[in-house]
Amino acid sequence: MLLVYYSSSSEFTHRFVGKLRHPARRIPLLTKQETLRVDEPFVLMTPTYGAGRNQGAVPKQVIKFLNIEENRRHLIGVIGAGNTNFGEDYCRAAKKVAVKCQVPLMYRVELLGTQEDVDTVNLGLDKLCASSLKTAM
Amino acid sequence: MENLTLASHVDAINWNRVVDPIDDEVWDRLTGNFWLPEKVPLSNDIPSWATLTDDEKTLTMRVFTGLTLLDTIQGTVGAISLIPDAVTPHEEAVLTNIAFMESVHAKSYSSIFSTLCSTKEIDEAFRWSRENTYLQAKADIILSYYRGDDPLKRKVASTLLESFLFYSGFYLPMYWSAHAKLTNTADLIRLIIRDEAVHGYYIGYKYQKGLESQSEERKQELKDYTMNLMFELYENEVSYTHDIYDSVGLAEDCKMFLHYNANKALMNLGYEAMFPKEVTKVNPAILAALSPGSDENHDFFSGSGSSYVIGKAENTEDDDWDF
Repeated sequence: MLLVYYSSSSEFTHRFVGKLRHPARRIPLLTKQETLRVDEPFVLMTPTYGAGRNQGAVPKQVIKFLNIEENRRHLIGVIGAGNTNFGEDYCRAAKKVAVKCQVPLMYRVELLGTQEDVDTVNLGLDKLCASSLKTAM
Repeated sequence: MENLTLASHVDAINWNRVVDPIDDEVWDRLTGNFWLPEKVPLSNDIPSWATLTDDEKTLTMRVFTGLTLLDTIQGTVGAISLIPDAVTPHEEAVLTNIAFMESVHAKSYSSIFSTLCSTKEIDEAFRWSRENTYLQAKADIILSYYRGDDPLKRKVASTLLESFLFYSGFYLPMYWSAHAKLTNTADLIRLIIRDEAVHGYYIGYKYQKGLESQSEERKQELKDYTMNLMFELYENEVSYTHDIYDSVGLAEDCKMFLHYNANKALMNLGYEAMFPKEVTKVNPAILAALSPGSDENHDFFSGSGSSYVIGKAENTEDDDWDF
């Protein structure tokens, strides 16, 4: 199952995605860069940004990517990256995307993620692949 | 007396030429998070404080003086000691913000004390903090590395303080909050916990940036140093935890929280988690007190089937995402 992700230059999400055995595409770091275009089902993984409580949680680069209707049409779920220290804001961006695009928030990972997180997400994405094949047939 | 080490050269800081976007991002996050203890209605906790037993009150005050000591160290020595090693002027500015907020944190415990306790009780708790062996040991270990001459080791010590050493203390207000006690105090502590997450993330990030230019040998040396320091601090934390929580039977529960946070501290430094999942099963009530909703099951993958339905594709614009 394809994973599309955003990771800032701190590389936490990038390193987590690197431990998965599923193909992944990274949303460009800078908003001025051309964003990705995806034409197959995918799961989005995003960290949460923002200074204020309700503003700017979803990284601008992710918004730019999701503002493309074709990309949104292939989105099947979201994985959040975050830190429970942020309390109610933990994985707020992933929750927002899930609500806005009416897809499930599938899983949440803290920082680099643990081995257990890697195993769970790998298996989960395997199941989604199987289910996607069935739908195609 | 040792020579005072200051930055050798200073240029006027230009925030329109930011070298590392993380500096800018963290500055915004920290200033956006700014708060003062006066904004939290601590006096609403007076009736709740009265329901605690004398032992519980003593425990709570001791825990808070312990946290005060760590915040004082971080504000007046730790964050400041990192300034001469900063690689960008914006990093220096962020560190002054971190130092100041640590002083706000340290003062906020005094706000809690003056709201809930007598002067005699407060003085007694501070006396305890000066005499407790394990608390003094953790302060001494950290201070010895801040005084050392290795900039990257200072960052490791600082990150372990921000992301690990506070948590034996933070456990208690989360425990009270989970039992509907001292809930306003817990609100204040949650603001501190949020700040410490950004501090640990930032200093850990700067450590990883600093590592990039080091030789493989030196990288290994720093990794070994980090693991050894973590073990040294961890052993002391376990003794401290038993010393303060055994009387109320919470030491084992607290240790799960310590392991969980030790893993996060290592991850902030770019290292893999050390403690296996069996010993990081944080009490769900504590986790929920820390992050409401984090105990909800968002593990869609472990549900049966895991089939999916593609959502409706509405039109979206930039503004749609700020809700």
